[in-house]
Amino acid sequence: MLYNIELMINGLLVGALYALIALGFVLIYKASDIINFAQGEFVMFAGFILAASLQTYGLPLYVAILLAVVGMTVLALLVNRLVLQYMIGRGVVSVIMATIGLAAFLQGTAGLFFGIDTKDVPLPISEEPIFLYDILLSPLELYAALAAFVCIGLVSWFFIKSRIGIALRAIADDQQVSLAMGIDVKLYFAISWCVAGLIAVVGGIVWGHLLGVDTQLALVGLKVFPVVILGGLDSIIGAIVGGLIIGVVESLAAGFLDPIVGGGTKDFTPYVLMIIVLMFRPYGLFGKADIERV
Amino acid sequence: MLNRETATFKRTYAEDMALYPAPLPRYTILVLLFLFFVVVPLVSSEYTLGVANLLGIASFGALGLNLLVGYTGQISIGHAAFMSVGAYTSAMLVSIMGLHWGLGMIAGGAAAAFLGMLVGIPSLRIKGLYLAISTLAAQLIIEWGINHLPFIPGGAGGSIYMDKPSIFGFQLKTNLSFYYFIYVVLVIGIVFALNLFRTHLGRSMIAVRDRDIAAEIIGINIFKVKLTAFGIASFYAGITGVLYTYYFGVANYEAFTLVVSIQFLAMIIIGGLGSVLGSVFGAVFISLLPIVLDIFLRRVGGEFMEESQIAAITTQIQLMLYGGLIMLFLVVEPDGLRKLWRNITDYFKVWPFPYL
Repeated sequence: MLYNIELMINGLLVGALYALIALGFVLIYKASDIINFAQGEFVMFAGFILAASLQTYGLPLYVAILLAVVGMTVLALLVNRLVLQYMIGRGVVSVIMATIGLAAFLQGTAGLFFGIDTKDVPLPISEEPIFLYDILLSPLELYAALAAFVCIGLVSWFFIKSRIGIALRAIADDQQVSLAMGIDVKLYFAISWCVAGLIAVVGGIVWGHLLGVDTQLALVGLKVFPVVILGGLDSIIGAIVGGLIIGVVESLAAGFLDPIVGGGTKDFTPYVLMIIVLMFRPYGLFGKADIERV
Repeated sequence: MLNRETATFKRTYAEDMALYPAPLPRYTILVLLFLFFVVVPLVSSEYTLGVANLLGIASFGALGLNLLVGYTGQISIGHAAFMSVGAYTSAMLVSIMGLHWGLGMIAGGAAAAFLGMLVGIPSLRIKGLYLAISTLAAQLIIEWGINHLPFIPGGAGGSIYMDKPSIFGFQLKTNLSFYYFIYVVLVIGIVFALNLFRTHLGRSMIAVRDRDIAAEIIGINIFKVKLTAFGIASFYAGITGVLYTYYFGVANYEAFTLVVSIQFLAMIIIGGLGSVLGSVFGAVFISLLPIVLDIFLRRVGGEFMEESQIAAITTQIQLMLYGGLIMLFLVVEPDGLRKLWRNITDYFKVWPFPYL
């Protein structure tokens, strides 16, 4: 029983981190209908900037974070301006392929400039495990989950209450009407990419510290898809709930199924769950169902 | 004689339905066939033939994916997984159960088609991104299955070795014999694809791509069409996997990872979506890219870099080039190489009267 609870709690903590990455994805999708297959690569790139400035150049943590923020903002703006702006309104195949191309490009670039060996993102957090009623918790994951929830809260507030967020929601609702109302749609697309870049910095700190930074770090991006599809592509609540569910399912699968079938179930159980949910709720748990007309 | 048609002069339906109504393309096809089946094998070295074989197999695979993505509009990120299904099915049947290689090939294709249709079932309710991701799921699940399912042999590396096939007692050992084998299969694949889009089914596939709801309203059973498209595309993928297996003499899942799926998507994007010719162009382009890059880096980089350093950066630069080219083509020329090719031929069609 204790083991179960431990698995559940660990799953929830990891799930919060998935939710964090999923948030960046949902944000871009909501604003511009662009499906970002390169979200994991964004996280990886931020991780690389952090690791390089911390490890190779020995800069203090806050400078490294600042550098990563600047770097990711520039990257997001460039990507938006040079490639994805042209993809707005194009077929779904083009959009998906453009971001897949972007993902491959970022992987190659990161490997070329930062090297392919694994780097660390050292953080001033103790490794000493905490015991809570005999349940083993790693402080690292606790802090990470805390950071994730703070980010999620901030982004939700930003989206629901701030002026920019309201504009973004208006664009998501109807692009043409927003244009007519004087919203600079291109500017707000750029903003949504920047926010996704900033979320990637947080993801880069947390995931880079947990897994180590190399090109494999981008694989966390693959976990985003079951999360967002489970929750519904255009729902922030969905991203959070989906992240937590996927985290728990994954953790339980690793705990119970792996000993039976011999490993690796963690990588695909989220997808199996996702397919089952898709069969019954094609727009996810919280997604908005499209009404299509000819 | 060689001039092109200036208007419609057809008197019978058969003439109108012909695959190549104008004389020039007919002659071009004959010349191309002669070139590929007589001239190329005669003048090519062993190495060139090896490259040509890889190009042929890749073209076949890209063609299959284009039938699904380019013509039916159902994006699939799991193409390589279906190749691995074909590869493992044929390798298991032929090398372990001793089945004839021809049957093994068809069984490989059929197994892939079956799984492909299974994956296509959600396409009844979902499309676009949702479908893309469920095919991604298929890719990951199949990769895991090959590694972990107990009835699939191959040990830790997941490889099944097999003998090269023999036709009427003549074993395909050299690159030359494989060249003929692969290109005959490729020609069959191309002819099938070209003819498919003159049939009711092919036209329905295009209608589903262009506007699925409108297609449904005019009486097309879109679920059936989508499933058939998945089946055909996966059959092509399965045969591609079988060809790889026969050619290399080994089935290994590492040749069919997610990266390979993305490579095939890159081929059809760069070549041109919804075009048979474009699939071949794209496959040739993407398959030649690493070879040319390798030669280039060795020539240029060899001056100031170690051998091991070059090897390390080659993969990275390859990835950058794939990604960069996909984005470049999508932004600048969404119709791909095929459009560039058409621009050239259109220019010469009216040459020397460009104002016509």
